[in-house]
Amino acid sequence: MSHDDHDHDHHDHDHGSHLSEVQARVRALESVLTEKGYVDPAVLDQIVEHFETNVGPHVGAKIVARAWTDPAFKAALLADATRAVVADETFGRVGDHLVAVENTETQHHMVVCTLCSCYPWDVLGLPPVWYKSAPYRSRVVMDPRGVLADFGVTLPAGTAIRVWDSTAETRYLVLPQRPAGTDGWSEEQLASLVTRNSMIGTGLALQPGEVAR
Amino acid sequence: MSQPAPGTGIAEVLDAIPADQRTPTFNEPWEAQAFALTLALQRRGAFTWSEWAATLGEEIKRAQASGDPDSGATYYRHWLAAVERLVREKGLATEDALHRYRDAWHRAADRTPHGEPIVLEPRDLT
Repeated sequence: MSHDDHDHDHHDHDHGSHLSEVQARVRALESVLTEKGYVDPAVLDQIVEHFETNVGPHVGAKIVARAWTDPAFKAALLADATRAVVADETFGRVGDHLVAVENTETQHHMVVCTLCSCYPWDVLGLPPVWYKSAPYRSRVVMDPRGVLADFGVTLPAGTAIRVWDSTAETRYLVLPQRPAGTDGWSEEQLASLVTRNSMIGTGLALQPGEVAR
Repeated sequence: MSQPAPGTGIAEVLDAIPADQRTPTFNEPWEAQAFALTLALQRRGAFTWSEWAATLGEEIKRAQASGDPDSGATYYRHWLAAVERLVREKGLATEDALHRYRDAWHRAADRTPHGEPIVLEPRDLT
């Protein structure tokens, strides 16, 4: 990404440009660290491009769809998600310790990072704004059912909810339940049912009627 | 277990972001740069993810204590504060150097006609 985007939104002169304080701080950091050889601007651009184009919930959705169709992969995923995902190069690199937790009729899982915003970047991309917000981070632990209601999800009374608090070393991926009526669907079709929120636990997988098959 | 007070729900956050599923990865280029700097530094071993999470968590708490709504929209400001702090604490750059370059970038902006890319030149580092 070049430095000439969005830099002129605070200009207050007829001539000359203006950098906001945060813009100047980031540029200062990059200049100093580049000069000292700690970072390479070309690598920074690659990192940004990777996160803007390559990674995102579509990676996680492929993993979930595979788990729905391949019992051996599902078993491997639940046993050691990092190893299971790394073994299949179609999913790309997974750097963090990834743990997959499976939703069932009786057990629902939700993921939060109460400290900051640890999140399984490699399989879900960067977190949505609400995941980083104080109301979600603080409320999901004490009132998971209320938070689910805010997301429009109501679980059966008999379904227990477990909330997993992410850390810098361990990130969680929720394996949502496979919707009924999807027998014979291909992995690609199934992946279209897997929303980002269903892999954080604030949603369920879509029903067959909710997507164009 | 007590119920949270009305008005503190995630619903308000969701309402404020109706198209959240489609929001861009980064709202502004500086957020992307701050993010990439942090990953690059972590990859070369400048700090661990645990150190990072602890520092970011502290910066968020500090911002909350000084009245930041912490709604997620100001998240990368906390992120930037955290990476600046680690850069100083790990001795990668001094506060002095960061200040000098910050001023230099402002000078570079001042002399750059509106609409043209802002480029740092040695003369800005007076």
